[in-house]
Amino acid sequence: MKLNWFKYASPVTFYPLAGKLIPWFVLAAAILTVAGLYLSFFVAPTDFQQGESYRIIFIHVPAAWMSMFIYIVMAAWAAAGLAFNTRLSSMMASALAPTGAFFTFIALWTGALWGKPTWGAWWVWDARLTSELILLFLYVGFMALHAAIDDPRRADRASAVLALVGVVNVPIIYFSVKWWNTLHQGASVSMTMAPKMAATMLLGMLIMALACWMYSIAAALARVRCIILEREQQADWIANLAKEPT
Amino acid sequence: MIWKSLDDFIAMGGYGFYVWGSYLVTAIVIIAEILMLRARRRAVEKARQAQAVLIQR
Repeated sequence: MKLNWFKYASPVTFYPLAGKLIPWFVLAAAILTVAGLYLSFFVAPTDFQQGESYRIIFIHVPAAWMSMFIYIVMAAWAAAGLAFNTRLSSMMASALAPTGAFFTFIALWTGALWGKPTWGAWWVWDARLTSELILLFLYVGFMALHAAIDDPRRADRASAVLALVGVVNVPIIYFSVKWWNTLHQGASVSMTMAPKMAATMLLGMLIMALACWMYSIAAALARVRCIILEREQQADWIANLAKEPT
Repeated sequence: MIWKSLDDFIAMGGYGFYVWGSYLVTAIVIIAEILMLRARRRAVEKARQAQAVLIQR
């Protein structure tokens, strides 16, 4: 069977596909969240240094990973929209931005609540924290710029440029703990070294991260379906869709 | 079992405020996003139905 990848590059074919996929991602997110929370609170042992306060890690790290990863995916879709002038790519970028912003906020919030008992401060102007805050501003700036321009195709192009310039911030966040002397601890998990934590702690964190992935995909697909309907209202295929329930 | 009782679980070794503050706000943010998506979906559906009525006329 020959797969035609461009078939789903059009909103007409992507819209029903996204609708079929959403329930599966929601289901996966729900199962993984229950399993992840069980491991986080009932299996993972108490940390010998930080006591129970370390349990914030199970949302803090997955949320921080998602905040960076969603930004890269968003910028990649925006770039594809800019390069190939495909409207679905730009819609995907717009659909990802709010979810990315929410995860950035969660990473900052849980970080503050973890910082207080471990460092004695809710917030410090340290390289890791500051660059993550800039990431939140980049997401908000992307959404604000898109909303400020009336013509959606022009808004796509302008915000795509902003998203691409902001990509520079992601490696800065990731490597900030290496490049600067920071209060924030180094990476707990890296590609080159063995993880510096108990196996059950690591497993709980990875399952929570997977749950965040599934949730993000479901949320972005649900949002892109709204965006498709909003932006293609005049199109014939949407008018035909109106005759049958979805 | 790590926890001796429900109170022990809620106390989180004295870090209850920080741990539950993190998880509670995360839950609120995610529920808020789901509600926002639902509201947006409803608004689009409404606009579409209005349009469908116009087309049929």
